[in-house]
Parts: sequence; structure tokens; C-alpha cells
Amino acid sequence: MIEFLNALVVLTNFVLVPAIAYGSQLALGALGVTLIYGILRFSNFAHGDTMAFGTMATILVTWWLQSLGLSLGPLPTALLALPVGILVCMALVLFTDRAVYRFYREQKAKPVILVIVSIGVMFVLNGLVRFVIGPGEQRFADGERFIITAREFRDWSGLSEGLALKTTQGITVVTAVIVVAALFWFLGRTRTGKSMRAYSDNEDLALLSGINPDRVVMVTWLIVAGLATIAGVLYGLDKTFKPFTYFQLLLPIFASAIVGGLGSPLGAIAGGFIIAFSEVTITYAWKKVLVYLLPDALEPSGLVQLLSTDYKFAVSFVILLIVLLFRPTGLFRGKSV
Amino acid sequence: MKKFLATTAILALGAGSAMAADDVKIGIILGFTGPLESITPHMAGGAELAINEVSESGKLLDGATVVPVRADSTCIDAAAATAAGERLVTSDGVNGIMGADCSGVTGAVLANVAVPNGMVMISPSATSPALSTVEDNGLFFRTAPSDARQGEIISDVLKDRGITSVAISYTNNDYGKGLADSIKASVEAAGGTVTISTAHEDGKADYSAEVGALASAGGDALIVAGYVDQGGSGVIRAALDTGAFSTFVLPDGMYGTVLEEKFGSELDGSFGTVPGTDSPGGNTLVEMADAAGIEGTSSFVAESYDAAALLLLAMQAAGSSAPADYMGKVMDVANAPGEPIYPGELGKALDLVAAGTDIDYVGASSVELIGPGESAGSFREYEFKDGKITTVGYR
Repeated sequence: MIEFLNALVVLTNFVLVPAIAYGSQLALGALGVTLIYGILRFSNFAHGDTMAFGTMATILVTWWLQSLGLSLGPLPTALLALPVGILVCMALVLFTDRAVYRFYREQKAKPVILVIVSIGVMFVLNGLVRFVIGPGEQRFADGERFIITAREFRDWSGLSEGLALKTTQGITVVTAVIVVAALFWFLGRTRTGKSMRAYSDNEDLALLSGINPDRVVMVTWLIVAGLATIAGVLYGLDKTFKPFTYFQLLLPIFASAIVGGLGSPLGAIAGGFIIAFSEVTITYAWKKVLVYLLPDALEPSGLVQLLSTDYKFAVSFVILLIVLLFRPTGLFRGKSV
Repeated sequence: MKKFLATTAILALGAGSAMAADDVKIGIILGFTGPLESITPHMAGGAELAINEVSESGKLLDGATVVPVRADSTCIDAAAATAAGERLVTSDGVNGIMGADCSGVTGAVLANVAVPNGMVMISPSATSPALSTVEDNGLFFRTAPSDARQGEIISDVLKDRGITSVAISYTNNDYGKGLADSIKASVEAAGGTVTISTAHEDGKADYSAEVGALASAGGDALIVAGYVDQGGSGVIRAALDTGAFSTFVLPDGMYGTVLEEKFGSELDGSFGTVPGTDSPGGNTLVEMADAAGIEGTSSFVAESYDAAALLLLAMQAAGSSAPADYMGKVMDVANAPGEPIYPGELGKALDLVAAGTDIDYVGASSVELIGPGESAGSFREYEFKDGKITTVGYR
């Protein structure tokens, strides 16, 4: 029994907890991508850098609050700064929409042109973030670091394995649940949400029934800015903030959105967790878990690692390829890519 | 006209060889352009310090003057470095080469210029383990330790601390891989076990997957052969957070006071090694260099001074500036037994050698040439105590 509990704790500590936290961050990012795809009908490559921009704004406000001596006690101050960061990010995406995307929308430009345009926006945002906060690593997490540390858990449970749960991991999951619930309530219950879905399903029909397209587009951008900033801040709190890593996040985020089915919010969430869990479980060395579970005679001598951790990103690619080959619309029947 | 040209050429050649009779020329081939261009001027300055000291003493080979000749190795372009080395040997007629700096171009100059022409080379800064086994006909020496040496040192430190099983995480490049391999070989030769040796990519935000694999393999300590400003710190962070490891071994790339800021007392009990010496010669050289307007604390200045000094002392010991004559003397003057020689004492050393007394050149970097003529290297062992880096001792 003790053996089994130890195995469970190891699994939770090194696989479940990191994968759930990472999956929540991916899901929030993928929701933003999928909303843009569903409603504005293009793949927004600038999403990673929108996240970086929102996070940067939040970090700057966090530093200001910290210098004033304000804090949330055990919680990170960044949560207090988050609303301001979201507002700044909203202002930015509305500005890029007005300055860039609206022109192409009015031209009824093909989605592929909008994709290229979004790559342009990505580079500009990329430069902007580096210009303001610098290309280096920034740390802005404060407050209590752990809900429970590995050592505390060991002392408390008497097991030989420890289980660490970081405050940021807890916050990530709780926030993700709240945000997703709020988003689904908004899309399913409110008038604006319904009009967004109608616009997504059939643009012409929606226009005929008197839905204001400018309003739908604006609300979409506002929601996307909110999602991007929350996802970015959670990721930055849990790991570290570095502009380049947000750019790299694009791949797993897009993989999540496509695996789940572009345009399907539920799919984005499922996709986020699928990608996160496969990245972590496939590159995890299962030796320790198996040593606890199996009888002595069967204990593995090797590491029981399917793939070296170097291939973490390759896992997202492979899943993406398999899904595109066998189910191009994604698991939740989104729009075909 | 043709005849005139030929005569001038012959005259010029004659003049050249007449000059060379009382001049000893030392080629200094370093990457004055390229990735090391910020430290090479100081390295050349260090070498020239030794050359001037010898030249001014007037004691080398009955009063020969020593002239430095600089050439650009570029650090990365093997073809350009070979051409520059060729020029030093054939057109400048140097008697020995101090250089090159980077391991790649050093190998190229050695294979294409030094070995075919029988020229002695002493590199102050090439650390690649591959140069230990290269075919050099006894012409190549270095005052910098091979990276393989640090593996042995770390293995010794682990043994002294009673740690027998370790996991290794290295940064995914030649430095990390080479160091990890040498640590693994040394630890296993000493009877310890390396549970896993795996790479991490620099510049990632999250290393929990890497640490998961390392933790599963287990071990008493985690060796992080990476960079302090890059993924190395991320690996430590993730390992501390998940409680996977609490003791870390940090080689030279991980040495930095930034660790104190980032981790503080969380790293207590962790330890590492970094090149360094407590030799009194090091301080003497820094003072001499500062007086000459050179940054004495810059990287490899001490090794450069020592490389040039060794060339000249070996010439004195052989009584000849021909590479074929003095190549066998380099190890003799560098190693015990004999009178220890520190920077600023080159004149005295020349006298001793001329009188037939054995010398042991210690120099600024505690030179001790081992194996195929490379520095044994001295390392400083440090550990974390109350969140601060403290020196334990020198090895």
C-alpha cells in the first residue's frame, strides 16, 4: 500500500501537477486563438506576442505596486495588477485592429493574407516588448511560493516521496476554471455572446438578422486580449517571463487549438490538456514509478523513457500531424484548416 | 631590369637573415577580430610583458633582443588562421608561436603550419580535450587546462565529500557535452555511478520535464554543466521546487554571484569548481600588468604571460632559438624539480638556466605541464554557506 502511495505521489509531483498547470495555460492561450479563428477567420500568429505584451504591462504595474509597498499577502501582487494589464492589452489589440486588420477586413482579404499580416504584427509586437522591457528574463512573482513543499509533505505524510504544490500552480488552475466558466456563460447565455456565435456560424445570415459586425469584432478582440493576458501572466508567474519563450509558445498553443478543432472553445481546452499531458508523459522517465509499483523481480534497470526531453516540442508536432491526417477538423469538429 | 630585381631580392633576403641572427621573434597569434576580440588585446599584452621583460634583461642567448609579431587568428575561421600562421613562419621567420586562442583554429594552425614547419606552439587558452590526443610531434603545449581536467577535479571533490551517485544535466553544446562526458568518465573510473546524463536546451521557460527524468533516475546530487545565465539556473529552480534534488554540483559555467541573488540559502550545501589559483604569482602579474596599462585580471592574461615566458626559457635552456632544439626543454623548465620562478623573475631565471641550474617555472597561473604538455590546471573549490559563495580550497 505504501509502495502504491509513493508511486502515486511521484506521479503527481512530476507528471500530474506540472501537466495540469501547463495544460491550463495552453488551454487559455488556445481559447484566444480559436476565438479569433472562429469569428475573424484567420490564424493569429501574433497571439504569443500579444500574451507577452499583456504580461509585460502587468509586470510593469506589479513593479509599481511593489514599490508602493502594496501586496496581496500570500498571493502574488501580479493578480492585483492583472486587470490593468488586461486593459492595456485591450487598448493595444483594438489599436492593431483599427490600424491594420480592419483595412484587410474591409477588402474582404483572403484568410491567408490576414495570416501574413498577423505575422507582421507579431514581429512589431515582438520588437515593442523587447524595446520596453528588454529581451532578458524578468521575475515578478512574490508572496508565498508554495502551498506545500516537498519536505513538508514528506514530514506530514511519512512517505518517502515528496509532493510540492506551488502557489502559482494552484492559482493557474483556479483562475483557468473561473475564466473558462465565465467565457462559456458569456458565449452561451448573453446576447452579445450569442451574436458572436451566430456571426461565427454564418456571417451573412448574422448580418441579415441585424447583428452589428463591428461590435462583434470589437468584443472578440477584447475577450482575446483578456484571455491572452491572463494566460501570459499565469505562465510568467509559474515559470519565468522572457519575451522569446512566449514566441515559442505559439507552437503548442496552435497545436492545442488545431487538435481540439479550430473554432471550438471546448476543443481548445481539451487540446491544451492533450498536448500538455503528452509532452510530459512521453518524455517522462517512468523508472521511479514502476520501481514502486512492480514486484522486485520485474523492476526496470533502464529509465523507461520513451523519448528524451529534447524532443518535447516534437511531440506537439507529431500529434498535430496525426490529427490533421486522420481528422482534419480536430477532435471536436471545428472548422477545417 | 630582371637582374636588378633578382639582386635586390637576394640582398633583401640576406638582410633578413642577418637580422634574425641576433633577434628572436615570437609570433603572437590570437583572435584580434572575432568573438574574443575584447579579451585578446589583454592576452597579447600579457605575452608582450614577458617578451619585453626578457628582452630588456639582455640575458637571453647572450643578449638577443626579442621581438613580438602579432597575427590574427579570428578565433573561428580556420583558413584565415592558417594563412596568418603561415605568414608568421615563412615571411616573418618567427622562432616560436604563442597561440592560438580558440580550440578550433589552434588545431588548424597546428596541423597545417606548426607540424609541417616544425614550429613550437604554446596556446594560452585552447581547452578542448581533443587537443590532448592530437598528432603534434611534441611541438604543441598549452598553459590552459583541458576541459577533461575539470571532470577529474569534480570527481575528486565528489569522492572527498562521500557522494557516490550523481545525475548530470548539461547544456546542449560542445562545452556542456564535453564536460559531462569527462565528468561521467572520471566518476565511473573512481567507482561512482552516474544515474543519467541528459541535455537541457538553453533559453526555455520550463524545465520540469527535464527534472522529472533526472529525479526518476535519482542520485545524491545533481551536476549542472550549464550556464548560470541560461538554462542551468532553470534546471536548479525546477529541481528545488519539486524537491527532486537538494545538493547541486556547479562547474565553471555555473559559477556566478547571480546564484546568490537567485537562490540564496536554498543552495546551502551545494558546491562546485572554477579555474583559479592562490599562487602568489597571479597577484604579482596583475600588478605588473596594471603598471603596463594592461588589464591583468582579464581572462587568460596570466596564461599568455606564462606561454611566452616558457618559450623563451626553453630557448635559453637549449641554448638555441631553433624550435627543433628547444622543443624538448619546455617540459623541463615548466616542471619541478628546480628553483620556483614567478612573474617578474624572468631575468633571474635566465641567469639560473645559463648557469645550468634547474628551474621550475610556476609563473602567474601555477604552471604544471602534464601528459602531452598541457597545464594541470588549478581549480578553486567553492561551496554555498548561508547563501554565500565561500572558497573551500584549491586543487
